[in-house]
Amino acid sequence: MTSVWRRQLRRISPFLFILPGALLFGTVILLACVETVYISFHDWDGMGAMRWIGFGNYAELIADPQFYVSLKNNLIWLALFMLAPPLGLALALLVNQQIAGMRIVKSLFFMPLVLASVTVGLVFGWVYDPNFGLLALIVQAFGGEPPALLSDENTVTYAIVLAGLWPQVAFCMVLFLAGLNNLSSDLIGAGRVDGARGLAMFRHVVLPQLTQVSFIALAVSVIGALRSFDMIAVMTAGGPFGSSTVLAYQMYEQSIFSYRFGYGAAIATVLFVIMAAFITWYLLMMNRMERRG
Amino acid sequence: MYPRPIPEESPRARLFYMAGVALVLLLWLLPLCAVMLTSIKSTEEIMAGAYWTWPQRFSLIDNYTAVFTQTAMARFFLNSLIITVPSVILVLILSTLTGFVLARYRFPGNWLVFALFVGGNFLPAQIMMIPVRDLMVSLGLYDTFWALIIFHTAFQTGFATLFMRNFISALPDELFQAARAEGASPAQTLIHVVAPLMRPALAALAILTFTFVWNDYFWAVVLTQSDTVKPVTAGLNNLRGEWTSAWNIVAAATIVVAIPPVTMFFLMQRHFIAGLTMGAVKG
Repeated sequence: MTSVWRRQLRRISPFLFILPGALLFGTVILLACVETVYISFHDWDGMGAMRWIGFGNYAELIADPQFYVSLKNNLIWLALFMLAPPLGLALALLVNQQIAGMRIVKSLFFMPLVLASVTVGLVFGWVYDPNFGLLALIVQAFGGEPPALLSDENTVTYAIVLAGLWPQVAFCMVLFLAGLNNLSSDLIGAGRVDGARGLAMFRHVVLPQLTQVSFIALAVSVIGALRSFDMIAVMTAGGPFGSSTVLAYQMYEQSIFSYRFGYGAAIATVLFVIMAAFITWYLLMMNRMERRG
Repeated sequence: MYPRPIPEESPRARLFYMAGVALVLLLWLLPLCAVMLTSIKSTEEIMAGAYWTWPQRFSLIDNYTAVFTQTAMARFFLNSLIITVPSVILVLILSTLTGFVLARYRFPGNWLVFALFVGGNFLPAQIMMIPVRDLMVSLGLYDTFWALIIFHTAFQTGFATLFMRNFISALPDELFQAARAEGASPAQTLIHVVAPLMRPALAALAILTFTFVWNDYFWAVVLTQSDTVKPVTAGLNNLRGEWTSAWNIVAAATIVVAIPPVTMFFLMQRHFIAGLTMGAVKG
């Protein structure tokens, strides 16, 4: 009797182990995403009853100029964040030397990565301040008129993205340093014997060995770009006149400040679709790499 | 080694190199240095608009004491700890279990479950904002520590599962074959075979999760309202609104918020880097 019971317990215990984590993640994270799609077909103020309106929110979204501003800004974030991997690689190449003191130097380079995005936002808010900011100081030193980057509709998004790049470049740098440490010294040595130098060495011997790391760095940068929210909230709150919003921020604003949860959910769904397409591609690539070994 | 190591016998090349690196590093950290400088300046100097000059009088102790005595930062700091520490512990427990099963037991849908954990963890948190907020309101947990602890635990379990699964997959197969030959149950295998080898993984995951949860701002503003629950990140942003002209105090508060993750990072740097690269590179 006890041995039968014990055998059964043995058989189901892997299932029991995975249950708490899967249940929590499934309900709080995954189910919530599905629910967002469901809510997006409703008119809802977040408290009262939901009213089904079909594609009403999406019809409104297509005609909403603010939606295109957000979409355009998301694209700017995405495009500029593609600079993070090459810049991270450049910094990694710069510091990949075994000299006394380099460890501390590397950790100092990594620092922006562990700062909260609120901190990064505040720090760059000070840098950009037209009255006393670091940037104003530098521009004045050259006799120029200090620009008010964060209150100019044409520059505001670029200024925020630049702040966002700071920790992102550090992240890519960490990844590439790990990649550089895993380079095959045989291949590098063989390349050197064959007389490969400079750019040729980098392109034909080093870069091919960094394919996987580059892929990861690119992926985390895409995700980082689409996640942008904190920095916008802290630095401009979407302003001036909504010119620096992204989909994530517009959704937050519509729901929390305007009590338009259905409309907010529709914006979130658009973001979800973009992200799901990217994640599916990423997982397929990852699976292929894992099979290849 | 790539790039080619700078030869030891050439002190001049080394000097040039180190000077170059120092310059780049200075530019890289200049924004942060500026905040640190502001945080030790006296209020008079700030009032006079002298932001960037060397402080005439160091007010390091005054400013940082003010942060803890005149603002609610001490409370926010405590709140952050109350939220972060349990979240980290729960994530470690849950992800060890999920990672162990996904790494060591073949069952139909194994890869799908794993893919859902990984995929869900990559989603921008804003996508789940409305339902999660609604869930916490209807559970009566909105504006309590529990709302943030539950959400962070759930969300971080995604990344942590990826991490633990990869770590446990990489452990030598012979260990598990031996355990099976001895007739060990899954629970015994987990406790006697896996657990003793988990220390580096747990350390890496603990510091990563700590940093992620501590630095969160979005959920802090979505799920909390009152000062008694609000974590430091949201508190800092409020402070900025209240202390508009006291830049030295806000700067000091900014540094205070950064101290725990930065300290953890420097103390456990190797684990942090190993965790970040293993979670990402092997995934």
